[in-house]
Amino acid sequence: MSRHKDKPRKKQAPVGPLTRRDFLKGAGVAVSSGILAGQAAIAAASPQTEVVGPGATPVTLRVNGKTQKLNLEPRVTLLDALRNGLDLTGAKRVCDRGVCGTCTVMLDGKPVYACSVLAIEAQGREITTIEGLTRDGEPHPMMTAFVNNDAQQCGFCTPGFVVACVAFLKKHPNPTPEQVDQGLGGNLCRCGTYMGVRAAVLEAAKQIRS
Amino acid sequence: MPGCKYDWPPPNERHLIGKPAKRIDGPAKSSGQAKYSFDIDRPGMLFGKVLRCPYAHAKITALDVAPAKDAPGVKAVRVIQDVGSEIQWQGDEIVALAAETEEAAEDAVRRIKIQYEPLPFFVADEEISAAGSNAKAPVVKTVGDPDQAFQEAGLVVSEGYYGLPVITHCCLESHGNVVEWTDPQSFKVWASTQGVSMVPGQFAEPLGISPNNIESICQYIGGGFGSKFQVDRWGLETARLAKDAGKPVKLMLERDSELLVAGARPSFWGKVKVGARKDGTLTAWDSETWGTGGISGSGVPPIPYPFDQLPNYKRSHTAIKTNIGSQRAWRAPNHPQACLMSMAAFDDLAAKLGMDPIEFLTKNADLAPGKFLPRTYKEELQKAAELSDWQKHWHPRGDKSPGHIKRGMGVSLHTWGGGPHDGKCNVTIQPDGSVEVALGSQDLGTGTRTVINIVVAETLGLPLAGVKVTIGDSRLPPDGPSGGSTTVGGVSGSTRRGAINARDELFKSVAPALGAQPDQLEAVDGQVRVKGNPAKSLTWKQACAKLGVKPIVAQGEQSRNAECQLNSGGVGGVQIADVSVDIETGIVRINQMLAVQDCGLIISPRTAESQCFGAMIMGICYSLYEEKIVDRQTGRMLNPNMEFYKLAGIGDIGELKVHFMSGPFYEERGVIGLGEPPVISPGAAISNAVANAIGVRPTLPITPAKILAALEKAMG
Repeated sequence: MSRHKDKPRKKQAPVGPLTRRDFLKGAGVAVSSGILAGQAAIAAASPQTEVVGPGATPVTLRVNGKTQKLNLEPRVTLLDALRNGLDLTGAKRVCDRGVCGTCTVMLDGKPVYACSVLAIEAQGREITTIEGLTRDGEPHPMMTAFVNNDAQQCGFCTPGFVVACVAFLKKHPNPTPEQVDQGLGGNLCRCGTYMGVRAAVLEAAKQIRS
Repeated sequence: MPGCKYDWPPPNERHLIGKPAKRIDGPAKSSGQAKYSFDIDRPGMLFGKVLRCPYAHAKITALDVAPAKDAPGVKAVRVIQDVGSEIQWQGDEIVALAAETEEAAEDAVRRIKIQYEPLPFFVADEEISAAGSNAKAPVVKTVGDPDQAFQEAGLVVSEGYYGLPVITHCCLESHGNVVEWTDPQSFKVWASTQGVSMVPGQFAEPLGISPNNIESICQYIGGGFGSKFQVDRWGLETARLAKDAGKPVKLMLERDSELLVAGARPSFWGKVKVGARKDGTLTAWDSETWGTGGISGSGVPPIPYPFDQLPNYKRSHTAIKTNIGSQRAWRAPNHPQACLMSMAAFDDLAAKLGMDPIEFLTKNADLAPGKFLPRTYKEELQKAAELSDWQKHWHPRGDKSPGHIKRGMGVSLHTWGGGPHDGKCNVTIQPDGSVEVALGSQDLGTGTRTVINIVVAETLGLPLAGVKVTIGDSRLPPDGPSGGSTTVGGVSGSTRRGAINARDELFKSVAPALGAQPDQLEAVDGQVRVKGNPAKSLTWKQACAKLGVKPIVAQGEQSRNAECQLNSGGVGGVQIADVSVDIETGIVRINQMLAVQDCGLIISPRTAESQCFGAMIMGICYSLYEEKIVDRQTGRMLNPNMEFYKLAGIGDIGELKVHFMSGPFYEERGVIGLGEPPVISPGAAISNAVANAIGVRPTLPITPAKILAALEKAMG
């Protein structure tokens, strides 16, 4: 994280079972190789393979049109980098493993679960968070449609849903109700706001087309 | 209560009450600007993590936290349960620590050396025969003479086995806090809580400081559903870590912990025998039930439900202790369970009688308690039949149409109290015309802010934007916790009174300028004017300018004992589910669900409707998908995550409709809470719809595997 004050340190052998973070760490250290096997993979990697970590390493992210420099361990997810490093907390951490969609952001305009992307892998790509959808203080039409149709209750899933809906409309500018149900199945809400979300997407689609 | 100093305006004088308003915190939520406890960042803040027990029952035999203390970035380590402690459920807290980053904290937790002696455990709560000493003494209640009643000649008797498992709250924002000490005796806590005003008191005694030295803040909470009334041990440890480290600490539960330890709704299993005369008159009930919410067992669901005036009944309930953590209140505690057990039994009996279940429930509606509910149910059943086109679509049990998709309809009734909690507020009118209402309440996403805004703006004759609503801080006049559907009654009661008091103070200052007595004035349409003489008026700003330099600060108090009650409790509701069951795959799909609901006088119809939609969707979740699955061999929860702890998605809910009962009979009771009522019936309505479609009835959740097994069993 940006506030990390420790020097890079040697990797600790995990004492517990392999966690998701370990897995992502293994996946992330060999940036260009794509091999998912941790230290063994590093040892076996070709000389051209760039190896970073496991300690903190400089990471440059392009977020909502701004360049942000962070010092992150390679295992840090894009979600945690946004939340803990840049105080962009609209994307939420809920399931933390690519199921619930509350962490949805856009990478080069396509929706992704930020909990399942490593920050170092998001370098060089255009990251758009919910905060980036408000332009010059003006809410995105999707946000307005969410308010108009009461598509939020506790609101914790809402930012992820809004981003997912914006990305969905890029692909389906004139969606049918069936497409809405299919296309937004990757975002979960516990309070049960889906009726409002359905209406909001259709209203925003109309608004954006006109 | 007409004629009282504090009352609701009559229908023809309501400008905002009962009119659809946009949720006032909607823009903050939909833009991602709303800050939840999970989002709070403080200068130098550390991250807390917890070592939890992996066993359902074990004793700690060795513990060494030195390697964690020495780990990079670690600033504080606290042993919560030491060697010799007996742990009663998986996920219980052993050690908490705080470090500079989340990653460092996770690494440090994994460095802790700990050994356990695993002990025998019990987690299989559906099998009461295996419970042994884990079963508490049964609680038995007998009314009338059920044994004799079942002997009546010609009585039609139905017997069945029904049930639903333990589910978890699965709040999207997990439980947790951020604590920052401001001096050695004082701290601020950003708590994810359903009761912002009661948080200081919960921290104070264990930490040995005055509640006056603790400020709790909760502007937004990402779900509670009954599970966030306590600061919990992890909350206390967050405060202690922050003190030890001398830095703010954020400790939010990980997703697995959230599902393991932060919320369990008790299971309810049992056999019901119920009898009625051939004309459908219910006369006798006998049930033997059991259930668990974990180590503390469970309460007794109020069956027969809601027909507790059934003349002859016996119920015996056994609470079971299981090694799965502790139960927490879950929206309408004990009611969804009671509703399923009763409404499924009644539905089976109606099928055996060859009666339409709506006719059966209508016939027996007088067995509901009190004077209000019987009439409400009869009217609601009629309305529900009409809106669902029941006469056209309902068929006797078993869809005989060809093909593998079988369609069915089911109906259920429910009731809930929903009376107001006590609370206070301040309403401030400034000489410049600005108005603020402030109270230590919280908005769980139910629309509390919006309701408060509507009430105060209506009372002062202002638009919604003319009133600033300030909640979510324990420094404000205390309001009750948000549970049991008590909030809307509580906050509308206190803020209506506070706004009337403030308005009357203003009238005193303004009356001379208008050449009238204060009680001749009214505040409407942004004006203060003489009643019946609109020509004699001042704009709101002009009127407030008469205050000179001194603002009005008026108190409002909601108390159950006060005169002029603005609210009450005891609502009735009916729901109808229309489902399709694929008898080849076992998949149940919701086609439509209808809620016909009474909740007294509705302040904010749009958020009220959202409450009903949400409750129905939560009901679909627990009817078809949700279960805390605990492995009998290891005692471990198999699905402490969101890929296998299933919730409904946007495509799983069919079409939902809500109808609110209106008119003097309903509205004269004032404001009544709505959080619980509509979440009670879905389980029974969906279960009855499935039974109607395919003639068999699995327990909840009604999974494809259970459907196929039930069909196979029925075929012999």
